[in-house]
Amino acid sequence: MVQRRGTTVEAIVASLQLLKLPCLGNKSSPRMEPGITASSGGTGLDSDRCVEPRQMEIVSLLTSVDMSSSPTRNDDLKEMLENNKESLKLEAMKRIVGLIAKGKNASELFPAVVKNVASKNIELKKLVYVYLVRYAEEQQDLALLSISTFQRALKDPNQLIRASALRVLSSIRVPIIIPIMMLAIKEAASDMSPYVRKTSAHAIQKLYSLDPDQKEHLIEVIEKLLKDKSTLVAGSVVMAFEEVCPERIDLIHKNYRKLCNLLVDVEEWGQVVIISMLTRYARTQFTSPWREDGVFDENSERAFYESDEEKTRDDTEIKPYTMDPDHRLLLRNTKPLLQSRNTAVVMSVAQLYWHLAPRNEVSIVTKSLVRLLRSHREVQYIVLQNIATMSIQRKGMFEPYMKSFYVRSTDATHIKSLKLEILTNLANEANISTILREFQTYVKSQDKQFAAGTIQAIGRCATNISEVTDTCLNGLVLLLSNRDETVVAESVVVIKKLLQAQPSQHSDIIKHMAKLLDNITVSMARASILWLIGEYCERVPKIAPDVLRKMAKSFTSEEDIVKLQTVNLAAKLYLTNSKQTKLLTQYILNLGKYDQNYDIRDRTRFIRQLIVPNEKSGALSKYARRILLAPKPAPVLESAYKDRDRYQLGTLSHTINTKASGYLELSDWPAVAPDQSVRNVEVIEPVRIHPSICTALFHFCPDSPPSFFHISCYCPSLPVLLPGEGVGSITGEDWESDEDKSSSQSSEESEKSSSQSEKSSSESDIEQKKKKKMKKPPQKKNVKPPNKDRYQSVMCKPNSWVGPGFGACVCVCDFSSCRMNLLRPHLFSRRLSVVISCVSGPAFVPEKSHNLLHRMTGKGLAAQYQFTRQPCLYQPNMVSVQISLTNTSDHRLEQIHIGERSPAGLKIHCFNTIEFLEPDASVTVSMGIDFNDSTQAANFQLCTKEDQFSVSIQPAVGDLFLAVTMTEQDFRKEQGKLQGMNECSATITVTAENTSSQPLNRRVAAMANVGVVPSGQDNVHRFAGKTACSGAVLLVTVELRESSAAVITINTEKSVMGSMLLRDLKKSLAQA
Amino acid sequence: MIHSLFLVNPSGDIFLEKHWKSVVSRSVCDYFLEAREKALDPEDVPPVISTPHHYLISIYRDKLFFLSVIQTEVPPLFVIEFLHRVAEMIQDYFGECSETVIKDNVVMVYELLEEMLDNGFPLATESNVLKEMIRPPTILRSVVNTLTGSSNVGDKLPTGQLSTIPWRRAGVKYTNNEAYFDVVEEIDAILDRTGTTVFAEIQGVVEACVKLSGMPDLTLSFMNPRLLDDVSFHPCVRYKRWESERVLSFIPPDGNFTLMTYHVNAQNLVAIPVYVKHSINFFESGSGGRLDLTVGPKQTMGKTVEGVLVTVHMPKTVLSVSLNATQGSYTYDNATKVLVWDIGKLNPQKLPNLRGSLSLQTGAPKPEENPSLNIDLKIQQLAISGLKVNRLDMFGEKYKPFKGVKYITKAGKFQVRM
Repeated sequence: MVQRRGTTVEAIVASLQLLKLPCLGNKSSPRMEPGITASSGGTGLDSDRCVEPRQMEIVSLLTSVDMSSSPTRNDDLKEMLENNKESLKLEAMKRIVGLIAKGKNASELFPAVVKNVASKNIELKKLVYVYLVRYAEEQQDLALLSISTFQRALKDPNQLIRASALRVLSSIRVPIIIPIMMLAIKEAASDMSPYVRKTSAHAIQKLYSLDPDQKEHLIEVIEKLLKDKSTLVAGSVVMAFEEVCPERIDLIHKNYRKLCNLLVDVEEWGQVVIISMLTRYARTQFTSPWREDGVFDENSERAFYESDEEKTRDDTEIKPYTMDPDHRLLLRNTKPLLQSRNTAVVMSVAQLYWHLAPRNEVSIVTKSLVRLLRSHREVQYIVLQNIATMSIQRKGMFEPYMKSFYVRSTDATHIKSLKLEILTNLANEANISTILREFQTYVKSQDKQFAAGTIQAIGRCATNISEVTDTCLNGLVLLLSNRDETVVAESVVVIKKLLQAQPSQHSDIIKHMAKLLDNITVSMARASILWLIGEYCERVPKIAPDVLRKMAKSFTSEEDIVKLQTVNLAAKLYLTNSKQTKLLTQYILNLGKYDQNYDIRDRTRFIRQLIVPNEKSGALSKYARRILLAPKPAPVLESAYKDRDRYQLGTLSHTINTKASGYLELSDWPAVAPDQSVRNVEVIEPVRIHPSICTALFHFCPDSPPSFFHISCYCPSLPVLLPGEGVGSITGEDWESDEDKSSSQSSEESEKSSSQSEKSSSESDIEQKKKKKMKKPPQKKNVKPPNKDRYQSVMCKPNSWVGPGFGACVCVCDFSSCRMNLLRPHLFSRRLSVVISCVSGPAFVPEKSHNLLHRMTGKGLAAQYQFTRQPCLYQPNMVSVQISLTNTSDHRLEQIHIGERSPAGLKIHCFNTIEFLEPDASVTVSMGIDFNDSTQAANFQLCTKEDQFSVSIQPAVGDLFLAVTMTEQDFRKEQGKLQGMNECSATITVTAENTSSQPLNRRVAAMANVGVVPSGQDNVHRFAGKTACSGAVLLVTVELRESSAAVITINTEKSVMGSMLLRDLKKSLAQA
Repeated sequence: MIHSLFLVNPSGDIFLEKHWKSVVSRSVCDYFLEAREKALDPEDVPPVISTPHHYLISIYRDKLFFLSVIQTEVPPLFVIEFLHRVAEMIQDYFGECSETVIKDNVVMVYELLEEMLDNGFPLATESNVLKEMIRPPTILRSVVNTLTGSSNVGDKLPTGQLSTIPWRRAGVKYTNNEAYFDVVEEIDAILDRTGTTVFAEIQGVVEACVKLSGMPDLTLSFMNPRLLDDVSFHPCVRYKRWESERVLSFIPPDGNFTLMTYHVNAQNLVAIPVYVKHSINFFESGSGGRLDLTVGPKQTMGKTVEGVLVTVHMPKTVLSVSLNATQGSYTYDNATKVLVWDIGKLNPQKLPNLRGSLSLQTGAPKPEENPSLNIDLKIQQLAISGLKVNRLDMFGEKYKPFKGVKYITKAGKFQVRM
């Protein structure tokens, strides 16, 4: 009861005063740890005058719970917590957390702490959470008081607060709130924020460990979350799956391809979990890829099925193995992860290849595994263990890297022995001399344990490779004269094993070893020598009895193991040379009879009965010689890692070589692959968003200043897939009325798509624009990796929103600029096999931006726009435009948004209102405009809080297309359909530099967003595109003729656009 | 997954504990401490220990043990990698990872650990995400905090957490935009007593310090990328671009980070920058011995070798040494039997030499084996593999950054057997 951490004199004095109180030591029930004295309870109430009402309820509840209490330790902390100064409370909480971190008990402060759970101060709140999670289990009743706060926080507009409320709520291990937790998890699983959904995946595991009976309900949630397309969620939900229902492999089928495709973009920890789950999955779903070169497997199988199933076996043999495309997908998508910086990821890919890849492909992981050896000591340890297991089966994999396993004197002991193990595994006829030379250095090491290990390794090499057995044996014999006893002893043991394998001509060595017996003290070595002499006593007839004589002398002082071998030796000599050794044997047997160790007494009694003939044991003693001197098989020296491959590589079970709890067996390959079609995913029709989701979306917006950012982040990863208009509908300024708006707009949408009419285009400004563009040097090629294609192709097919693995793409395709697509290009590239492509990325993106609003006319607001030439995210028939807004004024501009537009029917996907723009700040937003395949300018108003500016965006005709890739054949087919009226052509004289293909392609691509069609002819260049709005095909052919003449032909239904483009192209190609 | 974490100092005291699931009694550490007692060196403690109810996975780093308690099957590397990240995070936040620093900032460390794992599964391990949630301490901020009562805890979800580029936060702004790259190569080698190379390879790493505003998109290309045999990248690097064009294209994290590590093609002969002439003799009588060491430059590509440091692990029986160094100074630690000779810069005209006598334990037998030498060195402005950065281009931002590349070669695990 003495103040333990009194920091101030006052505190100590206060506690001393409290000690005098009469209620001292009055402990109440252990559950209700009293926390509040009558007086401090009062101050607590006072302090709460300024606090919210809900905090009041807690306090009043607390005080009513227990008023009579005892003063305890940490009173100063309690007082600080009840003070109404935030800073004091914070200080107190910090000290309390410090106590928890040190493992000291701070549970008696529970009532005082829990009051602050609803605090406004974020840091204070977090610290209270930390405390709650730690002690809630001990103080369940009091912990319940905080629950309502969390329930309220679960509805908070800020996703961070929702997530942390769920985290804490689910971490409170109080069984009574299980239903509340369940409800919260279910709700969070359909939250708009992927971060909250991730938290709910974690909460599933917590609830499951608290109450396994909830399994069925939790599986439902897991099933739902598995469908989630956010990379953020994937790792966590697979983790939950592994923990709760790893046996429900059927839940994976539909998500398999998506997981494979998302894998590269999942955070590294999630990757590890997903890869290991997919390894297990693949082993149940695909057939073995090892048949063809796995001759050994084949044979054993044959022997087994020989009799009854010969016919079926023949069938399988005839049928060549073809790998399931899904199996291949997994292998292909995991391969790049070998380059990860995270060692756990690299290891998990390595094990995946080991367990799933065809034999000839496994070796691609070698290099990466060897690379990990440069990492931390602990990493080396685990990796070396796995290499040791692998190298037993597949020497060839690591042989080229043999030198990487050379031991350094500074390595830790367990690292050394693992390296030794691997070197031994790798030894073969070709490299054995190098390895032995290396081993010679190790034998001399100062680390004697390691030297002993090396000797064993030499022994193993000697038995495995018969060519070097003699060399090794001689080397080991030389070591017998080593000054160090451990080395000698180990050599003796190993020599014994080697001699046993081929004892024929080695009596010299045995004699040499017999001499050693005088000096050597290590019992194992002495025992080994005695056994050797006993076993081969007929080869050393003169020495053996003498050795026995010496041993008889020292028998009593020997170790047990040596005594046993002495008895053995005596018995064997008695049988072979009883004349010389009869008395000695008798003597030893007598000594043994009265030994303290019962094993020795037992053995002595047995031997006596066996070898000394008497009337009782007549029958057995006849066979004594055959029993004792039977030829014995040589011991097999093998690796300790021999059987480790029964565990999945990279697992904890593999490391400790026993089954760890929760280890999931890797099943054998199925003989016949289960139905492949279970993994097919049907394309889900876009679902109209439920109004409640819409409103939920609006809630997010106010708390994040660049609100457009968050919105576009959430929407795409919605579990219910949003059709294009889903995002569009949220853009209005008036949050309240948006529900109606969204429905009205989507109906508009459908109308429009049915009545797509061509509009005449105004060609007024085009000439000027073109000139501007052409000034741009063509070599300033925007660096666009070609592999974005995947993504775009999906974008422009309205129904392929649900393309496998697509969730992440949409996340990328972002909020502010389409340039961001570049961020993770490899993300898209791997989906090649999945979605059938038709639209390719732009070959060229003009960097030139056009003025939308000059800063003078815009009263400080300057705007520029640029055509990104990407398919528009929001709606496939819109053209995406990127606008950068800069505030050049000296005051902050608020609420920048788009106002009225003209013509009235103009469809614009507006960017979300920008709440404010600081002076000199700029922001880039993207919007979509449906130009309806005309170059008519889109006029609209750009509004700030105070002003409105009319602006207009004028597209060049080339920007209204989307590039398409097609083959030459398709091109011709399409061209055949578009003859006559749909064709226009012109002959021009091209400048010299445009006659070669590259500059020509560049020029055309700069002019219009079209894709190059691979052409069989050198002089004919073909390009294909389609119009953004109606999707009409546009084909451009440039045929170069003699003397720099060229014919440009354009085929398209949209003849007006065709002729405009023709004019532009003519200009462009004729230009120097 | 990870159940609890204990931090243990070299003397075996547990000075911090954190539980992500239910509380595990710290008595579980006894199994570990027992293993620690048994091991001669802290490095020798097995990283994975199995106890009746738990599994203990530990790392030893900066003289501290990070000990995690596991209850069910989990890839051990997962835990090890995570523990190292924790150590790196502490280093990153507080400048060093030591017992005192952790004790001084215990609340912040605790908060960090809370954010890094949820229910034992990593939640946020990216430095810049964490730094937005819990701001690292600076003197200015601590003054402000005490005055205003504001805190180091952010209340917004870090932007990085949600985007596909979690390693970079939005709205980075610098007045001076700079990007520096250090190409650091380490030579790992084992030389035998005659000076022949038993094994040598070059491991390199490109460390970057990028302070650029906005969302720059960088492309770094090499003159001779074919040299690079095996590479691993920071997650920001676009693997596809590397595959097809052998250039590093990335949107960098803000601040310091390791862009890539690489291994130089093994076929290329590795230039060994120094040679060592050595002789060590022990007298038959066993009472003493002589040591003579000379270090000289070998293949240095015309650059000066600096920071040369020779470490010799002497046999156990060597009691003391009496040596004379023509350059630099030497120390001999009798407890660990380590002789360290700090030479400094190598002067090709006047080779540094260390010679003198060793005195051995009387009566002890003559040491069977010779010690091995570990050499540390540094060569500025040279990548020993010949790797050269060609150019760095920036896209996506308008300003002109200041760019710089530095090369340095070091000895990695460079060992000479005597």
